[in-house]
Amino acid sequence: MQDASTRITLQNRTGVQRSPQDFQDMLDGMEEFQPQLAEPDPGNDGIAEVRAEYISEQEPLGTIPPPATPTGMAKSAMKMLTGNRMQVLVDKLAERLAFERTGTRLYDALIAKYETLYAGSTLAGRGDGNGADADDYDGYVSRETLVEVRNQEAEHFMLVADAIRRLGADPTAETPCADSVGVQSIGLVQTVSDPRTSLAQSLNAMLTAELADNAGWELLIQLAESLGQDEMADQFRDALATEARHLQMIRSWLTLLVMAESGNAPAIVR
Amino acid sequence: MALSLTQNRGTPVDRQYFTWREMVQTPISKLDDDAFTRVRVILMNGVELEAVRFGHTAARRNLQLRVPLAEIRRVEHQQATMVNWLLGADHSPLETTIAYEQVAIEVTAALARREPDPYIAANLRFGLLEDFDHLYRYSALLDRLTGMDANNILQCYTDILPGRPTVIEHRAPPDNVRRPMDKRAAQTLSKLHALTITAGEQQTQNYYLNIGPTFADPLARQLYAEIASIEEQHVTQYESLLDPSMSLLEDWLLHEANEAYLYYGAMQQETNPRIKAVWERMLDYELGHFNYVARLFEEHEGRDVQELFPNDLPDPFPYESNREFVRETLAREVDLRASGTEIVPLEEDPDSSIEYRRQLNADGSPSERVAENYRYTSGTELNRLGAAA
Repeated sequence: MQDASTRITLQNRTGVQRSPQDFQDMLDGMEEFQPQLAEPDPGNDGIAEVRAEYISEQEPLGTIPPPATPTGMAKSAMKMLTGNRMQVLVDKLAERLAFERTGTRLYDALIAKYETLYAGSTLAGRGDGNGADADDYDGYVSRETLVEVRNQEAEHFMLVADAIRRLGADPTAETPCADSVGVQSIGLVQTVSDPRTSLAQSLNAMLTAELADNAGWELLIQLAESLGQDEMADQFRDALATEARHLQMIRSWLTLLVMAESGNAPAIVR
Repeated sequence: MALSLTQNRGTPVDRQYFTWREMVQTPISKLDDDAFTRVRVILMNGVELEAVRFGHTAARRNLQLRVPLAEIRRVEHQQATMVNWLLGADHSPLETTIAYEQVAIEVTAALARREPDPYIAANLRFGLLEDFDHLYRYSALLDRLTGMDANNILQCYTDILPGRPTVIEHRAPPDNVRRPMDKRAAQTLSKLHALTITAGEQQTQNYYLNIGPTFADPLARQLYAEIASIEEQHVTQYESLLDPSMSLLEDWLLHEANEAYLYYGAMQQETNPRIKAVWERMLDYELGHFNYVARLFEEHEGRDVQELFPNDLPDPFPYESNREFVRETLAREVDLRASGTEIVPLEEDPDSSIEYRRQLNADGSPSERVAENYRYTSGTELNRLGAAA
């Protein structure tokens, strides 16, 4: 199936080559009305000045709520007081939690797109189509694989919620890092949930998500270890291994789609 | 303490000015500020937008007052800017929508509880149950589209439950137009309430119409289209409660009195000191507007404003959770419908509205689809379902 968004037509009107005469008129107008203008100085201009004004007010997005459960309070609060800033871990855990939850919904949207465009087919690759094993993600993707990945995202959300609970913190609280990662995710949701984006365009967004997620888990493991949370770090290493497979799957799938679309690989739907 | 509109004459209009830096302040914190601070920001933006819309409509119908209307309208516009820009960009449009519905629920309930006119109170409760349902539908969308929890915005003040189902809220136009109050007989509080709720609903309609198309997801786009159309009905319902025989200047005075009344309540109850200072300044500006328009009223109509407003306005409504009141109303009145100007039992649902709904929902109902089997769960429904997809 050829991707409709890779067709060539004369309909795209955005570039100046579509309107050479009008473009020349624009250039002439600028010459006439704005002949003398110093080159801009990015980083040292009006935008930077105003940004600096507001940044220097140092108003944060918000703060991190204290642990609430008695045991957690005792343990975690103590560490917070002794300078071991456990709340940094809580904040980063909440960030991962928010991202895994959104990730699950991203896969829901991706599955809907895949189902509609490629219902009943398997996208070919070099593996045997059994997505359960890391190597088998090398190209083969089926609905079952996608559902499995989606469920792993949901499991990771539960895993992190559990870790937050064990620290005595509240997994339903939105912390500053969770808030910030929510803002970042909006573009991903918008891309994948748009019925007009192709599977490859959606996978491109998923690639951004999985790259960021992998790096997020790596940092979280390092942080948990540094704060003596070895058991947590171990569990997270398993999650990272799974996320690494997700990344590999998305990356190879996207590559196959783009290569096939460009005529450099065999058709990928069977 | 009640607010007197004439004792404190506020900031003179010729001394009401802003810089861009003042209009664009650091916003409130989505995470740390009380949800009712956000409720006040949204409500007061709606009230300012109403002031601007009213000023434009009035100017188109009156030559003599065009310049004074333009003078006040410039300030109202800048007030709207200052107030609305208090919302931070980490509020996604959908999260802001959750907040708008919280405003609709908590403010409508607060007004309904204090409304002295039983007919107006019944209308407020009628609209309340519809906005209550919108919150449920949008919460399902937030959960299922983005994996986010609406209660991070609501802060446990407001229930997330079905109300009068949105799918059956659609009515034929005559069933949205209500009986107007009589300006001579109606209590001041009824006038303030009708104008406040009209302003709130109008802002919501405009907001949904503006942001609906910014969503990529097709069901989100449909849901905004559907709920915006209910907000249009709500504007129709609430504005029709106002007395159309008010003169332009009477109407203008009512607008200014209402703004002062609402800023006073906001200022009294604000928990964020920086925002409290904003409300205080806005109150002074509105008192300045009221007294400016009062002079025009006396000049043009040869009457004293004391004929229209008591010395002291009623006490402001409290900003608090109305959970019990909403639940009681839900239990008693969810099956009510509207027929012409009246709120009627289910059996009297008019054919015209039934037929309109049948046609409108013929290709499926966005509000039903988005919330299929949706039950709010803290931490999103993934917290309940886990990996069971």
